[in-house]
Amino acid sequence: MQAQPIATSDAQSVGLVVPQTAHFDEPLPLKSGGALPAYDLVYETYGRLNATRSNAVLVCHALSGSHHVAGLHADGGVGWWDNLVGPGKPLDTERFFVIGVNNLGGCYGSTGPRAINPATGKPWGADFPFVTVEDWVDAQARLADRLGIERFAAVVGGSLGGMQALSWTLQYPDRVAHALVIASAPKLTAQNIAFNEVARQAILKDPEFHGGHYYEHGVVPTRGLALARMIGHITYLSDDSMDQKFGRSLRHAKPVFSYDVEFEIESYLRYQGDKFSGYFDANTYLLTTKALDYYDPAFDYAGDLVAALGRARADYLVVSFTTDWRFAPSRSREIVYALMHSDRRVSYAEIDCPAGHDSFLLDDPQYHAVLRAYIDNIKV
Amino acid sequence: MSFHRFDYDVIANWIEPGERVLDLGCGDGSLLRYLSSVRQVRGYGVENDPERLLACARNGVNVIQIDMEQGLAGFDDGFFDHVIMSLSLQAMRNTQGILREMLRVGREAVVSFPNFAYWRHRQSILNGRMPVSKNLPYQWYDTPNVRFFTIDDFDSLCAGEGIVIRERLAFDDGKVIVDEANFLASVALYRLARAGCGTG
Repeated sequence: MQAQPIATSDAQSVGLVVPQTAHFDEPLPLKSGGALPAYDLVYETYGRLNATRSNAVLVCHALSGSHHVAGLHADGGVGWWDNLVGPGKPLDTERFFVIGVNNLGGCYGSTGPRAINPATGKPWGADFPFVTVEDWVDAQARLADRLGIERFAAVVGGSLGGMQALSWTLQYPDRVAHALVIASAPKLTAQNIAFNEVARQAILKDPEFHGGHYYEHGVVPTRGLALARMIGHITYLSDDSMDQKFGRSLRHAKPVFSYDVEFEIESYLRYQGDKFSGYFDANTYLLTTKALDYYDPAFDYAGDLVAALGRARADYLVVSFTTDWRFAPSRSREIVYALMHSDRRVSYAEIDCPAGHDSFLLDDPQYHAVLRAYIDNIKV
Repeated sequence: MSFHRFDYDVIANWIEPGERVLDLGCGDGSLLRYLSSVRQVRGYGVENDPERLLACARNGVNVIQIDMEQGLAGFDDGFFDHVIMSLSLQAMRNTQGILREMLRVGREAVVSFPNFAYWRHRQSILNGRMPVSKNLPYQWYDTPNVRFFTIDDFDSLCAGEGIVIRERLAFDDGKVIVDEANFLASVALYRLARAGCGTG
């Protein structure tokens, strides 16, 4: 279903959107071995596919994102990258046909651990197979086939989404003209994996986790999931932005010597953790952080990223943010230099934005101007 | 900083079709655009100014945002055929470092800079004022230039650094100056190589 413009104060919104579901019966081979016998992918589209089918852009989501990239759901929910995607916005839906898709293993409608395992008739839970960035890209390619898209004008993503954009250009070099790889990395560092491991341990050690089969027990490991989210949030912000936002503000204006919320940062983290654990799935969190950890396109090339990128045919825009320490600019530069040494066309912007890793979701003027300038030059 | 077509043409004449070219301090990318159109180069620019970076992106030029003062770590040895620095060397603090880096990542370097010993500049100093001209368009208090040097100074630095000057052209107002370049030329362009790197 196309996005229908609705009366809204935001003339640059794609308006009301209704997610769609594509069902696939052909088993999807997985990198972890085995295959997913059948699966659904939930997706949204914005704008119109042109007659030559040359204006499609795929937006890949990160750890906690979804297919709801832009516009409004009937319940008022705004897309997670609505400031980027819409009529007249940097990724202009007047020109491009934009697709957002919830990845396999997700918890927003695409087949994931909450879905029924046909072999047992019960939810997959912890038995849902490990899925990788490469598997997601394979599934996205099947959705592209279904929608009649031979070649994407661009694949765009931030963080884990940027890994998918990069992977697209290696797995399907002839099917991507441009990749926009934002606040990402060619593989995680030990420190980055360490944060994921602490988050996973918080979930795995929650007494309500039940080995990942908590659905059958009618419970949710909310404490573990909330802790995981709290850890994540700390790493998504910069020291400065946290100080700016919360400083040492005390709820009671003075210390009251309690483990209840006193500092505003405690309140913020607890709120974010509790909110997240109310809607996100713990098994999806585990699977997705592992997908992040495993991603390493140079692994099969003895760590030589230039060799791994040898297959690529796309042009690239790589963007990082000066205050992002979870996906630091130096990691983006690794991608840039490897692309350059593979003779790929590549541009790289290092945006001076105070908000840490979260910057990629904001609309910093220089950031959006660079995206707009690059995207405007994409020929369809 | 303003750029003149004679500069472009000289540089283009030093470049073979299809070469890999790196332009340090590439501004809005117009030199790279020119070299792409007349020499089909595979070009990359380096620029650290957000506005100029944006201009490059609008011009469809490959541009990489790094601070050249930190060197070119990340660029492989000898990857580029030519590394260009057009009218920017005088704005770099680490002059020797960047020249070494240019000749590390490139087979040849192309450097152009305003000649501070140009006769009009000398005249200005004799009259007691810092020179302000077409090639030095700034006042002493707002200039981005941090190194003030002449053609003779640069020749002597190259000799000291073991840098071979393969070609040098000097200009005043777009006209080639052959004799007394250090006195009569306002801008100089050099084609440089590492010593012991064969002929070019």
